Amino acid sequence: MAIESEVLVIGGGLAGLTSALSAARTGADVRLVSYKQSTLRSASGLVDVLGYTHDGEGPVTDPYATIPELPDPHPYRTVGIDAVREGLDLFDDAVPNYQGGHTDTNALLPTHGGTIKPTARYPASASAGLASDTRDLMLVGLESMTDFDAPHAAAHLDAAGVPFDVRGVTIQFPGDLRADAKVTRYAKLLDTNGEVTVRGRDRPAREALAARVNTELDEEERVGFPAVLGDDHAGAVRADLADRLSADVFEVPMGPPSLPGLRLEDALFAALDEAGASIETGNPVVDFDGEDRIERVYIEKNGAEIPNTAEEYVLATGGLVGKGVQSDREGVYEPIFDCHIPHPADRYDWFENEVFGDHEFARFGVETDNDLRPLDGGGDVEFPNLRAAGSVLGGYDLAAEKSGSGVSIATGYAAGRSAAQEAV
Amino acid sequence: MSDAEQPTETDPDGEFNPSAPNTGEKFEPVDVFPDSDDFDLRPGSDSCYKCSTCDTNCPVAEVDDEFPGPKFQGPEQWRLKQRDDEHEIDDSVMDCSNCMRCDNACPAGVPLSQMHNTARGEYVSEQMDKTSIEYWRNRILSNYRTSAWLASKLPRLANVAMNVTKEREFPEFATETFREWWDKRGAAAGSKERAQAARRERGLPEDADKKVAYFHGCYSNYNTTEVGKAMVRVYEHFGYEVVVPEQKCSGTPMFANGMLDDARRHAEVNVSSMSDLVDQGYDAIASCTSCSMALRQEYPELFDIPGIDDVAANTFESLEYLRIHEDLQGELAEVEVSGDLAEEFAYHAPCHARNQGLERQALELFRDVDGVGIEDVGESCSGISGTYGWKAEKYEKSMEIGEEMFEHMEHAEGDTGMTECPTCAMQMEHGTGYDIRHPLELLEAALVDGRGV
Repeated sequence: MAIESEVLVIGGGLAGLTSALSAARTGADVRLVSYKQSTLRSASGLVDVLGYTHDGEGPVTDPYATIPELPDPHPYRTVGIDAVREGLDLFDDAVPNYQGGHTDTNALLPTHGGTIKPTARYPASASAGLASDTRDLMLVGLESMTDFDAPHAAAHLDAAGVPFDVRGVTIQFPGDLRADAKVTRYAKLLDTNGEVTVRGRDRPAREALAARVNTELDEEERVGFPAVLGDDHAGAVRADLADRLSADVFEVPMGPPSLPGLRLEDALFAALDEAGASIETGNPVVDFDGEDRIERVYIEKNGAEIPNTAEEYVLATGGLVGKGVQSDREGVYEPIFDCHIPHPADRYDWFENEVFGDHEFARFGVETDNDLRPLDGGGDVEFPNLRAAGSVLGGYDLAAEKSGSGVSIATGYAAGRSAAQEAV
Repeated sequence: MSDAEQPTETDPDGEFNPSAPNTGEKFEPVDVFPDSDDFDLRPGSDSCYKCSTCDTNCPVAEVDDEFPGPKFQGPEQWRLKQRDDEHEIDDSVMDCSNCMRCDNACPAGVPLSQMHNTARGEYVSEQMDKTSIEYWRNRILSNYRTSAWLASKLPRLANVAMNVTKEREFPEFATETFREWWDKRGAAAGSKERAQAARRERGLPEDADKKVAYFHGCYSNYNTTEVGKAMVRVYEHFGYEVVVPEQKCSGTPMFANGMLDDARRHAEVNVSSMSDLVDQGYDAIASCTSCSMALRQEYPELFDIPGIDDVAANTFESLEYLRIHEDLQGELAEVEVSGDLAEEFAYHAPCHARNQGLERQALELFRDVDGVGIEDVGESCSGISGTYGWKAEKYEKSMEIGEEMFEHMEHAEGDTGMTECPTCAMQMEHGTGYDIRHPLELLEAALVDGRGV
């Protein structure tokens, strides 16, 4: 016996979650397994589709107008523009509190480094920070949170020629928090509006924070904070602060660990739960049985191998960073099914000497047929019941293009739907 | 570990010479340091790239401004120790509740809880004052059999002399222990007969290879004996012969209090009796997710006892095992629950269920069963973490951590709770007044006829 489902998705990132959701909504009995908690908590929460072309041109205004110009092996070319649109429709439907779906055009959002990121969807918490908005802006950094240097980020934005005045100030977060307090500590304090002690007097955290920022605020109509403004009650925290500051309040998306990423993770898991899928995290898939088709996979728990069977499988284990693609001195490989990963034989050809050069390794991943099924070295389908989604796919450089989320959503949508249609 | 450190073959002086890098011709740099079989935490420490995801999972760091979080307690403190032999373990390690959630968070597979357990053990053995009330309070608390029995008789003494919170009531002890019930019921021989009868009924060969060794833990033996009884009845229903071998505490409360010598003594007994049975083809089944966690993960991470890896690889949680080997979903689809367990359950997944991938199995198993409802009360920690919430100085933090769970329980449809962990159950009951049940009890009500055999 084994733990059974119709579609088994391996991987709990954006591609895996989208695959599972897509398969479940197509009517399949779906199970998602992930080695660890979702990597979305390391993601900024911004959902890009295409920010720059494969040649580095950009920022791209309309991703949909640019996708047809991408080279052939690009995953967007494999699944087609309709899958990109339908994937994003699925995302918009499943995830509340996201914006950007009203237009095909990219939005421009400030990052915590003060650069401008072209992105297709963004959390409502970031919306008052749009770089296309002409209202003057103040960024507030926290002394103890060295990842976000507000004056530096403001200077960067200014140098980029944003159409508003921007300045940054650094304040001490009210109360006696540790110098290395976690993002969740700030969020919890603001969520619960817990008491903090300021000059010997206990005050609710939101009130105390607003009072401190008010001493810095001039005429700015919007104020940006690092993304720590609440977790479960983020909307209420922003509204309360906005009221006390008489200005719009937004969060600047941050690096890991990221609360907007965490909130996105929660929203997608809730949607998946509602769609009736089963979910398991904590242990890796390490092996499989099957010659022509995949019969079953094994999850390893402290030496025990737990069998899981399905009709169809989706591989959404990530790329080189997520360990869905691995390499050693001998070569590049996909660790679970040993799917073929095309790569130069000489490992010195995998990279360029310039840090931001056009690295070959950035495009490492499986090649697929039109149905996202990985191909072996001879160009034949590896397994008829295995599809791949997200950054385990090769043929594109997600970091340079700013296309990681979009590819995960589009290919996840297509792989999940196709797997479910086959399985049911 | 640097690839080029101490390349003795190419550099007889043992000096690192950056202008003459190792080209890999005379030796493979990654093989300079031999594979080590002892508990070397260095590879784990080196895997940490400081993304801090573990910190976002820490229920203590979220409410406690004194606590530096798992990243510091684990890889950072380990690195400090490597540079400086005199480095003492920071006393904040005693504020870690050993929920082990950081393990499940780490994208790089850093063995955080192993590092915390090791550091805590060292702190207690090297730095803690053995004459302090705290030491003896922790030692007694972590020896549940003694402490809970004593405290149930003399609660005031425990509060005053031991610095145990007076906010909590000690759990009631059953008049007949699970083991007494088990013996009366015919023990292994009786179980074999009943298993064979069940196999006949299921059309299975009478000598089918279905046998399990039950690790009941302390709580099912002394307190919630109905959980142990449910385990036996449910497993026999599926045709399993059950044996109940000699066993001691799993060691969970001892790990959390850094009492590694005590934990090892208990582990030796457990591993010895379980590994004999595993050799004979038995699988070990625990109904408490902290017990299964100890046998599966903490034992092999912390101790080197013969047979320990085999026991770990053959230990399962009670529902998990049935889910793998039986058509539980199919059987549950055929039944309707009635009686006192036909309830809406507010389910809380214990932290220790999470690393084992079990945090949703009760929900997924029972959500479509007729006659009952089940609702997840969220992903927060219950806050009690075994002995943590019993300590007078930790009580308030424990309740602050639990607040989110209490709120979700209040908002849930029903007023019966469900969880696999005995101490989470205490906290759930303490915070809401709800009656708390174990999934095995519901499984028994759903599948087994004629309760009370």
